[in-house]
Amino acid sequence: MSLAVDLFSLLAIGAGVFFFLAGTVALLRFPDSLSRLHALTKSDNLGLGLVVLGLLPRAGTPLSALKLIVLWGLVQLSSASVAQLVGAALRRRGAAE
Amino acid sequence: MTLFDALDLALAAIVLGLAAWTIAAREVFSAVVGYVAYGLLLAIVWVRLYAPDVALMEAAIGSGVTGVLLVAASTRLGRLPKAEAPPGAALKIAAAALSLIVAGLLAAAVLYLPDPAPSLAPEADKDLAATGLGNAVTAVLIAYRSFDTMLEKVVLVLAVVGVWSVAPDRFWGGAPAPLGPAAPEAALVFLARILAPIGIVIGVQMFWVGADDPGGAFQGGAILAAMWIIVMMARLAEPPRIGSGWLRLALVSGPAVFLLVGLAGPLMAGSFFAFPAGFAKPLILFIEAFMVLSIALTLPLLVAGPPSREAGP
Repeated sequence: MSLAVDLFSLLAIGAGVFFFLAGTVALLRFPDSLSRLHALTKSDNLGLGLVVLGLLPRAGTPLSALKLIVLWGLVQLSSASVAQLVGAALRRRGAAE
Repeated sequence: MTLFDALDLALAAIVLGLAAWTIAAREVFSAVVGYVAYGLLLAIVWVRLYAPDVALMEAAIGSGVTGVLLVAASTRLGRLPKAEAPPGAALKIAAAALSLIVAGLLAAAVLYLPDPAPSLAPEADKDLAATGLGNAVTAVLIAYRSFDTMLEKVVLVLAVVGVWSVAPDRFWGGAPAPLGPAAPEAALVFLARILAPIGIVIGVQMFWVGADDPGGAFQGGAILAAMWIIVMMARLAEPPRIGSGWLRLALVSGPAVFLLVGLAGPLMAGSFFAFPAGFAKPLILFIEAFMVLSIALTLPLLVAGPPSREAGP
Protein backbone atom coordinates (compact mmCIF):
# COMPACT_ATOMS: atom_id res chain seq x y z
CA MET A 1 0.00 0.00 0.00
CA SER A 2 2.67 2.49 1.05
CA LEU A 3 4.68 1.57 -2.03
CA ALA A 4 1.71 2.43 -4.26
CA VAL A 5 1.25 5.76 -2.44
CA ASP A 6 4.96 6.54 -2.80
CA LEU A 7 4.84 5.70 -6.48
CA PHE A 8 1.77 7.91 -6.94
CA SER A 9 3.49 10.84 -5.17
CA LEU A 10 6.64 10.35 -7.17
CA LEU A 11 4.77 10.28 -10.49
CA ALA A 12 2.55 13.28 -9.70
CA ILE A 13 5.36 15.46 -8.31
CA GLY A 14 7.64 14.40 -11.18
CA ALA A 15 4.98 15.38 -13.73
CA GLY A 16 4.46 18.68 -11.87
CA VAL A 17 8.18 19.46 -11.97
CA PHE A 18 8.17 18.64 -15.69
CA PHE A 19 5.44 21.24 -16.30
CA PHE A 20 7.36 23.84 -14.28
CA LEU A 21 10.44 23.09 -16.35
CA ALA A 22 8.47 23.33 -19.61
CA GLY A 23 6.96 26.65 -18.50
CA THR A 24 10.39 28.03 -17.61
CA VAL A 25 11.86 26.95 -20.95
CA ALA A 26 8.92 28.64 -22.69
CA LEU A 27 9.49 31.79 -20.62
CA LEU A 28 13.08 31.91 -21.83
CA ARG A 29 12.51 30.82 -25.44
CA PHE A 30 9.12 32.14 -26.63
CA PRO A 31 9.35 35.21 -28.88
CA ASP A 32 6.83 37.70 -27.45
CA SER A 33 5.41 38.64 -24.06
CA LEU A 34 1.85 37.35 -24.61
CA SER A 35 2.92 33.82 -25.58
CA ARG A 36 5.41 33.75 -22.70
CA LEU A 37 2.58 34.74 -20.35
CA HIS A 38 0.27 32.11 -21.85
CA ALA A 39 2.83 29.32 -21.44
CA LEU A 40 3.76 30.39 -17.93
CA THR A 41 0.25 30.55 -16.45
CA LYS A 42 -0.84 27.26 -17.99
CA SER A 43 2.18 25.25 -16.98
CA ASP A 44 2.53 26.75 -13.52
CA ASN A 45 -1.08 26.09 -12.58
CA LEU A 46 -0.92 22.52 -13.86
CA GLY A 47 2.57 22.01 -12.41
CA LEU A 48 1.61 23.26 -8.96
CA GLY A 49 -1.66 21.28 -9.12
CA LEU A 50 0.25 18.06 -9.78
CA VAL A 51 2.80 18.78 -7.02
CA VAL A 52 -0.06 19.42 -4.57
CA LEU A 53 -1.78 16.22 -5.76
CA GLY A 54 1.40 14.28 -5.12
CA LEU A 55 1.79 15.80 -1.64
CA LEU A 56 -1.84 15.16 -0.59
CA PRO A 57 -1.31 11.54 0.60
CA ARG A 58 1.70 12.76 2.64
CA ALA A 59 -0.20 15.53 4.45
CA GLY A 60 -0.47 14.23 8.02
CA THR A 61 -3.97 15.47 8.77
CA PRO A 62 -7.07 16.28 6.67
CA LEU A 63 -6.62 19.92 7.73
CA SER A 64 -3.13 20.18 6.23
CA ALA A 65 -4.38 18.45 3.06
CA LEU A 66 -7.12 21.09 2.87
CA LYS A 67 -4.50 23.82 3.36
CA LEU A 68 -2.51 22.46 0.41
CA ILE A 69 -5.61 22.58 -1.81
CA VAL A 70 -6.48 26.12 -0.64
CA LEU A 71 -2.88 27.11 -1.42
CA TRP A 72 -3.25 25.81 -4.96
CA GLY A 73 -6.57 27.63 -5.35
CA LEU A 74 -5.04 30.90 -4.15
CA VAL A 75 -2.13 30.59 -6.56
CA GLN A 76 -4.62 29.82 -9.39
CA LEU A 77 -6.65 32.91 -8.52
CA SER A 78 -3.70 35.27 -8.25
CA SER A 79 -1.77 33.97 -11.25
CA ALA A 80 -4.83 34.05 -13.52
CA SER A 81 -5.69 37.60 -12.40
CA VAL A 82 -2.12 38.84 -12.67
CA ALA A 83 -1.84 37.29 -16.16
CA GLN A 84 -4.93 39.30 -17.18
CA LEU A 85 -3.41 42.46 -15.70
CA VAL A 86 -0.05 41.97 -17.41
CA GLY A 87 -1.84 41.20 -20.69
CA ALA A 88 -3.93 44.36 -20.41
CA ALA A 89 -0.84 46.43 -19.61
CA LEU A 90 0.90 44.97 -22.69
CA ARG A 91 -2.08 45.82 -24.88
CA ARG A 92 -2.13 49.38 -23.57
CA ARG A 93 1.54 49.82 -24.34
CA GLY A 94 1.02 48.40 -27.84
CA ALA A 95 3.77 45.85 -27.21
CA ALA A 96 1.44 42.91 -27.86
CA GLU A 97 1.96 42.63 -31.61
CA MET B 1 28.13 16.33 0.18
CA THR B 2 24.47 15.42 0.52
CA LEU B 3 21.71 16.49 -1.85
CA PHE B 4 20.54 19.13 0.65
CA ASP B 5 24.04 20.63 0.83
CA ALA B 6 24.09 20.95 -2.95
CA LEU B 7 20.63 22.57 -2.95
CA ASP B 8 21.70 25.01 -0.21
CA LEU B 9 24.83 25.97 -2.13
CA ALA B 10 22.79 26.51 -5.31
CA LEU B 11 20.28 28.61 -3.34
CA ALA B 12 23.06 30.75 -1.83
CA ALA B 13 24.61 31.24 -5.29
CA ILE B 14 21.25 32.34 -6.77
CA VAL B 15 20.63 34.77 -3.88
CA LEU B 16 24.09 36.33 -4.31
CA GLY B 17 23.72 36.49 -8.09
CA LEU B 18 20.30 38.11 -7.85
CA ALA B 19 21.60 40.61 -5.28
CA ALA B 20 24.42 41.60 -7.67
CA TRP B 21 21.93 41.85 -10.56
CA THR B 22 19.63 44.08 -8.47
CA ILE B 23 22.49 46.45 -7.64
CA ALA B 24 23.63 46.55 -11.28
CA ALA B 25 20.12 47.06 -12.75
CA ARG B 26 19.86 50.40 -14.57
CA GLU B 27 16.07 50.82 -14.45
CA VAL B 28 14.56 51.56 -11.03
CA PHE B 29 11.62 49.26 -11.77
CA SER B 30 13.88 46.32 -12.73
CA ALA B 31 15.82 46.84 -9.51
CA VAL B 32 12.58 46.73 -7.50
CA VAL B 33 11.48 43.50 -9.24
CA GLY B 34 14.92 42.02 -8.53
CA TYR B 35 14.62 43.05 -4.88
CA VAL B 36 11.20 41.39 -4.50
CA ALA B 37 12.47 38.14 -6.03
CA TYR B 38 15.56 38.40 -3.79
CA GLY B 39 13.28 38.70 -0.75
CA LEU B 40 11.29 35.60 -1.72
CA LEU B 41 14.49 33.57 -2.19
CA LEU B 42 15.74 34.88 1.16
CA ALA B 43 12.52 33.55 2.71
CA ILE B 44 13.45 30.09 1.40
CA VAL B 45 16.92 30.54 2.93
CA TRP B 46 15.29 31.25 6.31
CA VAL B 47 13.19 28.08 5.95
CA ARG B 48 16.41 26.12 5.32
CA LEU B 49 17.85 27.71 8.50
CA TYR B 50 14.82 26.35 10.44
CA ALA B 51 13.47 29.87 11.08
CA PRO B 52 9.91 29.73 9.69
CA ASP B 53 8.85 32.82 11.68
CA VAL B 54 11.55 34.93 10.05
CA ALA B 55 10.75 33.37 6.66
CA LEU B 56 7.09 34.41 6.92
CA MET B 57 8.20 37.87 7.98
CA GLU B 58 10.66 38.20 5.10
CA ALA B 59 8.09 37.06 2.52
CA ALA B 60 5.28 39.25 3.88
CA ILE B 61 7.08 42.45 4.88
CA GLY B 62 10.62 42.30 3.48
CA SER B 63 9.49 41.25 0.04
CA GLY B 64 5.75 41.94 -0.25
CA VAL B 65 4.94 45.21 1.48
CA THR B 66 8.40 46.74 0.96
CA GLY B 67 8.10 45.79 -2.73
CA VAL B 68 4.81 47.70 -3.02
CA LEU B 69 6.37 50.66 -1.18
CA LEU B 70 9.33 50.67 -3.57
CA VAL B 71 7.11 50.40 -6.67
CA ALA B 72 5.02 53.33 -5.39
CA ALA B 73 8.19 55.32 -4.66
CA SER B 74 9.66 54.60 -8.11
CA THR B 75 6.39 55.68 -9.80
CA ARG B 76 6.52 58.93 -7.83
CA LEU B 77 10.19 59.44 -8.69
CA GLY B 78 9.35 58.94 -12.38
CA ARG B 79 6.89 61.82 -12.25
CA LEU B 80 9.47 64.21 -10.79
CA PRO B 81 11.69 66.30 -13.07
CA LYS B 82 15.12 64.69 -13.64
CA ALA B 83 17.83 65.57 -11.15
CA GLU B 84 20.16 68.22 -12.60
CA ALA B 85 23.38 66.20 -12.22
CA PRO B 86 23.90 62.47 -11.60
CA PRO B 87 26.14 61.64 -8.64
CA GLY B 88 29.86 62.06 -9.47
CA ALA B 89 32.49 59.31 -9.50
CA ALA B 90 33.84 60.31 -6.07
CA LEU B 91 30.42 59.94 -4.45
CA LYS B 92 29.85 56.58 -6.15
CA ILE B 93 33.24 55.26 -4.98
CA ALA B 94 32.61 56.51 -1.44
CA ALA B 95 29.19 54.80 -1.36
CA ALA B 96 30.65 51.55 -2.73
CA ALA B 97 33.51 51.64 -0.19
CA LEU B 98 31.10 52.22 2.70
CA SER B 99 28.88 49.32 1.55
CA LEU B 100 31.92 47.02 1.16
CA ILE B 101 33.18 47.89 4.66
CA VAL B 102 29.78 47.21 6.24
CA ALA B 103 29.35 43.95 4.31
CA GLY B 104 32.93 42.91 5.18
CA LEU B 105 32.45 43.61 8.89
CA LEU B 106 29.18 41.64 8.91
CA ALA B 107 30.81 38.72 7.08
CA ALA B 108 33.76 38.78 9.51
CA ALA B 109 31.40 38.85 12.49
CA VAL B 110 29.57 35.77 11.20
CA LEU B 111 32.73 33.90 10.16
CA TYR B 112 34.49 34.47 13.52
CA LEU B 113 31.58 33.24 15.63
CA PRO B 114 32.74 30.54 18.05
CA ASP B 115 31.60 27.01 17.21
CA PRO B 116 29.00 26.16 18.47
CA ALA B 117 27.64 29.69 18.14
CA PRO B 118 26.34 31.30 21.36
CA SER B 119 22.62 30.71 21.73
CA LEU B 120 19.91 31.90 24.09
CA ALA B 121 17.48 29.33 22.69
CA PRO B 122 17.64 26.98 25.73
CA GLU B 123 17.02 29.96 28.04
CA ALA B 124 14.05 31.04 25.93
CA ASP B 125 12.65 27.50 26.00
CA LYS B 126 13.17 27.06 29.75
CA ASP B 127 10.56 29.60 30.85
CA LEU B 128 8.18 29.08 27.95
CA ALA B 129 5.65 27.30 30.18
CA ALA B 130 5.32 30.39 32.40
CA THR B 131 4.08 32.46 29.44
CA GLY B 132 1.51 29.86 28.41
CA LEU B 133 2.79 30.11 24.82
CA GLY B 134 4.10 27.34 22.60
CA ASN B 135 6.11 29.50 20.19
CA ALA B 136 9.40 30.70 21.73
CA VAL B 137 9.70 33.46 19.09
CA THR B 138 6.42 35.03 20.18
CA ALA B 139 7.51 34.66 23.82
CA VAL B 140 10.75 36.55 23.08
CA LEU B 141 8.89 39.30 21.20
CA ILE B 142 6.00 39.94 23.56
CA ALA B 143 7.19 38.63 26.93
CA TYR B 144 10.99 38.53 27.37
CA ARG B 145 11.83 41.54 25.21
CA SER B 146 8.45 43.23 25.28
CA PHE B 147 9.86 46.74 25.77
CA ASP B 148 11.85 46.48 22.50
CA THR B 149 8.78 45.30 20.58
CA MET B 150 6.70 48.14 22.01
CA LEU B 151 9.33 50.67 20.85
CA GLU B 152 9.36 49.07 17.37
CA LYS B 153 5.64 49.76 17.10
CA VAL B 154 6.29 53.38 18.12
CA VAL B 155 8.84 53.61 15.29
CA LEU B 156 6.19 52.43 12.79
CA VAL B 157 3.76 55.11 13.97
CA LEU B 158 6.57 57.71 13.74
CA ALA B 159 7.21 56.59 10.13
CA VAL B 160 3.57 57.34 9.27
CA VAL B 161 3.84 60.73 10.97
CA GLY B 162 7.00 61.37 8.95
CA VAL B 163 5.23 60.55 5.67
CA TRP B 164 2.25 62.71 6.57
CA SER B 165 4.45 65.63 7.59
CA VAL B 166 5.70 66.25 4.03
CA ALA B 167 2.14 67.26 3.00
CA PRO B 168 1.51 70.92 2.14
CA ASP B 169 -0.38 72.81 4.86
CA ARG B 170 -3.61 73.14 2.89
CA PHE B 171 -3.91 69.35 2.54
CA TRP B 172 -3.33 68.65 6.25
CA GLY B 173 -6.12 66.42 7.56
CA GLY B 174 -7.14 65.43 4.01
CA ALA B 175 -6.89 62.08 2.27
CA PRO B 176 -3.93 60.68 0.28
CA ALA B 177 -4.37 60.28 -3.49
CA PRO B 178 -6.24 57.13 -4.65
CA LEU B 179 -3.96 54.15 -5.25
CA GLY B 180 -5.19 53.36 -8.76
CA PRO B 181 -6.72 54.90 -11.90
CA ALA B 182 -10.40 55.96 -11.80
CA ALA B 183 -11.43 52.90 -13.88
CA PRO B 184 -9.32 49.97 -12.59
CA GLU B 185 -8.90 46.77 -14.62
CA ALA B 186 -11.84 44.38 -14.21
CA ALA B 187 -9.41 41.56 -13.35
CA LEU B 188 -7.99 43.59 -10.45
CA VAL B 189 -11.45 44.34 -9.08
CA PHE B 190 -12.32 40.64 -9.36
CA LEU B 191 -9.10 39.65 -7.57
CA ALA B 192 -9.70 42.17 -4.79
CA ARG B 193 -13.31 41.03 -4.28
CA ILE B 194 -12.38 37.34 -4.06
CA LEU B 195 -8.99 37.55 -2.35
CA ALA B 196 -9.69 40.15 0.34
CA PRO B 197 -12.22 38.09 2.39
CA ILE B 198 -9.96 35.00 2.22
CA GLY B 199 -6.88 37.07 3.07
CA ILE B 200 -8.56 38.61 6.12
CA VAL B 201 -9.34 35.13 7.47
CA ILE B 202 -5.78 33.95 6.78
CA GLY B 203 -4.27 37.09 8.37
CA VAL B 204 -6.32 36.71 11.56
CA GLN B 205 -5.57 32.98 11.67
CA MET B 206 -1.84 33.64 11.28
CA PHE B 207 -1.93 36.04 14.24
CA TRP B 208 -3.95 33.55 16.32
CA VAL B 209 -1.75 30.47 15.70
CA GLY B 210 1.35 32.63 16.37
CA ALA B 211 0.94 31.84 20.07
CA ASP B 212 1.93 28.21 19.50
CA ASP B 213 3.17 27.88 15.90
CA PRO B 214 5.11 30.01 13.41
CA GLY B 215 3.21 33.22 12.75
CA GLY B 216 2.24 36.17 14.89
CA ALA B 217 1.16 39.77 14.97
CA PHE B 218 3.65 41.03 12.38
CA GLN B 219 2.93 38.37 9.78
CA GLY B 220 -0.84 38.47 10.29
CA GLY B 221 -0.86 42.26 10.27
CA ALA B 222 1.18 42.35 7.06
CA ILE B 223 -1.33 40.08 5.30
CA LEU B 224 -4.24 42.24 6.47
CA ALA B 225 -2.30 45.30 5.27
CA ALA B 226 -1.82 43.69 1.84
CA MET B 227 -5.57 43.06 1.61
CA TRP B 228 -6.34 46.70 2.38
CA ILE B 229 -3.78 47.79 -0.22
CA ILE B 230 -5.28 45.60 -2.94
CA VAL B 231 -8.82 46.78 -2.09
CA MET B 232 -7.64 50.40 -2.37
CA MET B 233 -5.83 49.65 -5.64
CA ALA B 234 -9.07 48.23 -7.07
CA ARG B 235 -10.82 51.45 -5.89
CA LEU B 236 -13.28 49.43 -3.80
CA ALA B 237 -12.17 51.65 -0.90
CA GLU B 238 -10.39 54.99 -0.81
CA PRO B 239 -7.51 56.01 1.47
CA PRO B 240 -9.00 57.55 4.65
CA ARG B 241 -8.69 61.16 5.70
CA ILE B 242 -5.64 61.42 7.93
CA GLY B 243 -7.55 63.83 10.17
CA SER B 244 -9.97 61.05 11.17
CA GLY B 245 -9.92 60.53 14.93
CA TRP B 246 -10.79 56.84 14.63
CA LEU B 247 -7.89 56.25 12.23
CA ARG B 248 -5.41 57.95 14.55
CA LEU B 249 -6.74 56.11 17.58
CA ALA B 250 -6.44 52.75 15.79
CA LEU B 251 -2.93 53.64 14.57
CA VAL B 252 -1.57 54.26 18.07
CA SER B 253 -3.67 51.52 19.70
CA GLY B 254 -0.93 48.87 19.30
CA PRO B 255 1.87 50.64 21.18
CA ALA B 256 -0.64 52.37 23.51
CA VAL B 257 -2.27 49.13 24.72
CA PHE B 258 1.20 47.58 25.01
CA LEU B 259 2.41 50.49 27.14
CA LEU B 260 -0.72 50.51 29.32
CA VAL B 261 -0.35 46.78 30.06
CA GLY B 262 3.36 47.42 30.76
CA LEU B 263 2.52 50.27 33.16
CA ALA B 264 -0.04 48.07 34.92
CA GLY B 265 2.77 45.53 35.48
CA PRO B 266 3.99 47.04 38.81
CA LEU B 267 0.46 46.80 40.24
CA MET B 268 -0.39 43.33 38.91
CA ALA B 269 2.91 41.48 38.94
CA GLY B 270 5.47 43.57 40.76
CA SER B 271 7.51 45.13 37.96
CA PHE B 272 7.33 47.21 34.79
CA PHE B 273 6.18 45.08 31.79
CA ALA B 274 5.70 41.99 33.96
CA PHE B 275 2.65 39.81 33.35
CA PRO B 276 0.79 38.22 36.31
CA ALA B 277 1.45 34.47 36.62
CA GLY B 278 -1.20 32.31 34.97
CA PHE B 279 -2.67 35.25 33.11
CA ALA B 280 0.21 35.89 30.73
CA LYS B 281 -1.18 34.26 27.59
CA PRO B 282 -4.52 36.13 27.45
CA LEU B 283 -2.67 39.40 28.07
CA ILE B 284 -0.12 38.63 25.35
CA LEU B 285 -2.86 37.84 22.83
CA PHE B 286 -4.74 41.00 23.89
CA ILE B 287 -1.65 43.14 23.22
CA GLU B 288 -1.00 41.34 19.93
CA ALA B 289 -4.55 41.89 18.67
CA PHE B 290 -4.08 45.66 18.90
CA MET B 291 -0.63 45.36 17.36
CA VAL B 292 -2.18 43.54 14.39
CA LEU B 293 -4.62 46.43 14.00
CA SER B 294 -1.80 49.02 14.14
CA ILE B 295 0.38 47.13 11.65
CA ALA B 296 -2.53 46.50 9.26
CA LEU B 297 -3.16 50.26 9.19
CA THR B 298 0.43 51.52 9.25
CA LEU B 299 1.74 49.70 6.18
CA PRO B 300 -1.05 50.75 3.74
CA LEU B 301 -0.84 54.33 5.01
CA LEU B 302 2.90 54.32 4.24
CA VAL B 303 2.09 53.09 0.72
CA ALA B 304 -0.71 55.66 0.26
CA GLY B 305 1.72 58.48 1.09
CA PRO B 306 1.09 62.04 2.27
CA PRO B 307 -2.39 63.58 1.92
CA SER B 308 -2.91 65.33 -1.40
CA ARG B 309 -6.53 66.45 -1.19
CA GLU B 310 -8.25 69.13 0.86
CA ALA B 311 -9.77 67.91 4.11
CA GLY B 312 -13.31 68.81 2.99
CA PRO B 313 -16.23 69.47 5.30
